[in-house]
Amino acid sequence: MLRLRVTTGGAVPIYRQVIDQLRQSCASGKLSVGDAVPSVRALAKELLVNPNTIAKAYAELVRDGVLESQRGRGYFVAAQRNIFSAKERRRRLDLVMDPFLAEALTLGFDPQQIRDEVAKRLDRMTKSKS
Amino acid sequence: MFEPVIRTDRLTRYFGKRCVVSDLDMKIVPGQVTALMGLNGAGKTTTIRILMGLLRPTRGRCTVFGEDSAQLTPETRMRIGYLVEGHFLYRNMRVNQCAKFQRSGYSRWDDTLFDDVVAHFGIRPSNRIGELSRGQRAGVALGLVLAPDPELLVLDDPALGLDPVSRRALNETLVEFAGQGKRTVLLSTHLLDDVERVADRVMVLVDGRLRVETSTEDFINRVSGFSVEISPANVDQIGSISGLIEARKRGGRFLLAIADADDQTMAVLQAISDSAVETTELGFADCVLSYLTSKRGDQSFLGTQKSGAI
Repeated sequence: MLRLRVTTGGAVPIYRQVIDQLRQSCASGKLSVGDAVPSVRALAKELLVNPNTIAKAYAELVRDGVLESQRGRGYFVAAQRNIFSAKERRRRLDLVMDPFLAEALTLGFDPQQIRDEVAKRLDRMTKSKS
Repeated sequence: MFEPVIRTDRLTRYFGKRCVVSDLDMKIVPGQVTALMGLNGAGKTTTIRILMGLLRPTRGRCTVFGEDSAQLTPETRMRIGYLVEGHFLYRNMRVNQCAKFQRSGYSRWDDTLFDDVVAHFGIRPSNRIGELSRGQRAGVALGLVLAPDPELLVLDDPALGLDPVSRRALNETLVEFAGQGKRTVLLSTHLLDDVERVADRVMVLVDGRLRVETSTEDFINRVSGFSVEISPANVDQIGSISGLIEARKRGGRFLLAIADADDQTMAVLQAISDSAVETTELGFADCVLSYLTSKRGDQSFLGTQKSGAI
């Protein structure tokens, strides 16, 4: 059962939280290709947010190829395909890597520890998916 | 483009010598939830009362569904659901008597909708108003304004004094009944979290002036936060930063909220800063608070040093 949570008052807008959590659910295998996600109205009611916010999040996920919308049936997890150019993928990866590494180093982890931790988690994520 | 549901044109209202609403120009977009925010006394209720035709403006005019607010016809009024501040109801009536009383004024009335809303607040139709909690009275009041299926919903601080359970019920009702795109909602409130959840658009009133009127998304994008180190000699220059909303002193640094910051703004900040200028991420609540805290937020406000240095 997919469970999303949103918090208010923080720096991350609600629609961004929805996008991040759905992306993560797909990446970790909690959601598989072809799985249905809740309708816009249902998710809006569950999370107690404006349906337009959910619609916007879904639209972005469709644009990025994470979800696909089937007319009259709703939204489903799309088969992974690379809709971005190699350069754009690289840019998006940098965007998340740099703050992550900066944070890890500030917390006092040495490079080897970070590498090990990344490898361990990557293993776990890709294993649970297959 | 769209035809605004509500439009005001330099709307102004004085009480005696005090200007409570000042040159208000606003448009309410159809099918959207607009949150009207402001400190107590900022002019929210006065604005709403003028819009609903309960109060004459000193100057300027406003229309609802294209009709002058001062002369709304009964037919137009039936298209509006207006929840007055304070959830006033006759205490000795029963809930179903309230419904009967209210429906006599409308040509359209949805009993099922009314029953659903009050049930959602845990109220029975046979309950007497006098024995309900404040939150439950809010539920009855909300049911009464929703039952005629209004195209425009005007809610004046509906969450005032509500316990968390009733507040949740209120938000659920709003998301459920407002979120169909066909109903327009104008909501005045102090609750930043609720606005972040339910609003499409936001308006901020500061001392009777409309400082913000845009989509919530645009609002967050246009307000940026900076942390700068400014030596006492340069403090005077803070007030001349264009787009400055608020400046607060935190430790040795100033936290600035600035609207529509661009490269030029950065250059100005770097020029008056003793060390590197840092950007800080602002959420929706931070953005609203910056406006409410600034209070005197015209483009050039040197009041910063007094009101901003907490």
